[in-house]
Amino acid sequence: MLHYILRRLALVVPTMALVLLVVFIVLRITGDPAELFLDATAGPAEIAALRTRLGLDQPLPLQFARFVWDLLHGDFGTSLSHQAPALPVVVERLGPTLQLVAAALGLAVLLGIALGLVAASFRDRLADHAISAVAVFGQSMPSFWLGLLLIQAFALELGWLPTSGSGTAAHLILPALTLSAFLLPNFILVTRTAVLEAKREAFATTARAKGLSPMRVLLRHVLPNALNPIISVLGLQVGHLIAGSIVTETIFAWPGVGRLMIGSIYQRDVPIVAAAVVVVSLVIMLTNLLVDVVQAILDPRVRI
Amino acid sequence: MPAAAPGRGKLIVGLALVGSIVLMAILADVISPFDPYQQNLRLRLRPPMWNEGGSFAHTLGTDNFGRDLLSRLIHGSRLSVMVGVAAMLLAASLGTLLGLVAGWRGGRAEALIMRLADAQLSIPEILLAILVVAAIGGSALNLVLVLGISGWMVHARVVFGLTRSLRERPFVEAAVSQGASGAFIVCRHILPHLLPVMSVVATLQVAQMILQETALSFLGLGLPPPAATWGNILAEGRERLFVAPWIANLAGASIVLLVWGVNILGNGLRERFDPRG
Repeated sequence: MLHYILRRLALVVPTMALVLLVVFIVLRITGDPAELFLDATAGPAEIAALRTRLGLDQPLPLQFARFVWDLLHGDFGTSLSHQAPALPVVVERLGPTLQLVAAALGLAVLLGIALGLVAASFRDRLADHAISAVAVFGQSMPSFWLGLLLIQAFALELGWLPTSGSGTAAHLILPALTLSAFLLPNFILVTRTAVLEAKREAFATTARAKGLSPMRVLLRHVLPNALNPIISVLGLQVGHLIAGSIVTETIFAWPGVGRLMIGSIYQRDVPIVAAAVVVVSLVIMLTNLLVDVVQAILDPRVRI
Repeated sequence: MPAAAPGRGKLIVGLALVGSIVLMAILADVISPFDPYQQNLRLRLRPPMWNEGGSFAHTLGTDNFGRDLLSRLIHGSRLSVMVGVAAMLLAASLGTLLGLVAGWRGGRAEALIMRLADAQLSIPEILLAILVVAAIGGSALNLVLVLGISGWMVHARVVFGLTRSLRERPFVEAAVSQGASGAFIVCRHILPHLLPVMSVVATLQVAQMILQETALSFLGLGLPPPAATWGNILAEGRERLFVAPWIANLAGASIVLLVWGVNILGNGLRERFDPRG
């Protein structure tokens, strides 16, 4: 088990290196930082001095190494609009994002498994066709329009829920619904396929032959064996869920990392954007790692 | 009565839907009733004809600058279809090439390419796309480059797996023993076997690409306004959601129709080529 975790951890390193490389290249494309920091009256000598001080006169690989070194020490530069180090500003906004993602994930898992089970139990009947069709339609639904539709229905027409913002549980409902719709179609389809496959196995036939009720066979024998592919999809999709929250937060003015990131792009606040990308990538990778470890605990075959 | 060919219904529905939208994109200049950029401030925010106050002149109403919404949506289909297909083609070319190299050569090339694919797969494309587009600006070319380069991994994985299993097949071994070069065998004996599966992956990816392009536009990172893209129209409609909900809703419905059509088409292709799936 320890061996598996270590091997899996080794995968994080090249991925993080890739992210840092892209961030580094983007930072250099956006312009010479030395000219950005100094005002227009600065002469060439002053610019050259600052370039030397920031290490910008050194070869690019060396600059990259220095960049990574600074990041490892939590130094992402200073945010221009917040007048503060970038990393704490980003980390502070991580809480609301994780809250939103957790709520959406819970919704998607519960609804997805339930609907997938129903579709698999009524294979090729009306319920199955209806659920599968809705799932394919859901995959074609851009979350930004779904969010606007939910606002129109539940905030403008019915007046039950606030249009945007945060603070109360009611504020969480619409964003969480919007974000979970991002994952729900996949969960439904994968659960359906996995359950159908597990139902064909010998142990399911045995359970039925013992005279167990169909419900008991489904929930105690089939579902636990169908969980593995579902968890795999969860691991693959959780990153997309966190990235999807960027759009959702923008629609609902949710005070998370995504909205901070988009706002900072408009304000050209590069250190914040870079820190947000690195932090979000790190969170995604740690979640993937967690999912893989859980899967390895549940199913020893994975550890090989 | 013989059973219908698998996936036939889906293929027909998908082709009809996607075909008519592509036709609309090609004929945009001919069929749109107005210039999509022509402003008329006296005709601001007119509702569609079926609402009270709507007129036949502007069938789907007008936006905040009095521009005809129908014309803007018709022209918007152009960019979505073009960016989606072009980005997919770039991703498919890159992915197929790398997948073939990894699957045929094996060894160090395989380790390097597939490890890179794993690494890039674990970071959602949209995250890096936002970063890069924010830095270099959202022109159509930039969108295609960013989306294309961030989407090669699916193709590489599929091509890699199939190539590796085909490499063991007798007809490939026969070609090798006759002294055919690697490039010849790959083009002549392996690539044709990959085409059906590749077409399914490619079609389904067009849907993803369109969704990502509209998402970037919606976030204000696509083509800068006043460009008539569906994402831009939706973003503008969001500003006027309370007074003119039809703007956002019609743009959203257009996106859903196109993406849904592409998804149905892709699923139909999958059933046709792999009836078990």
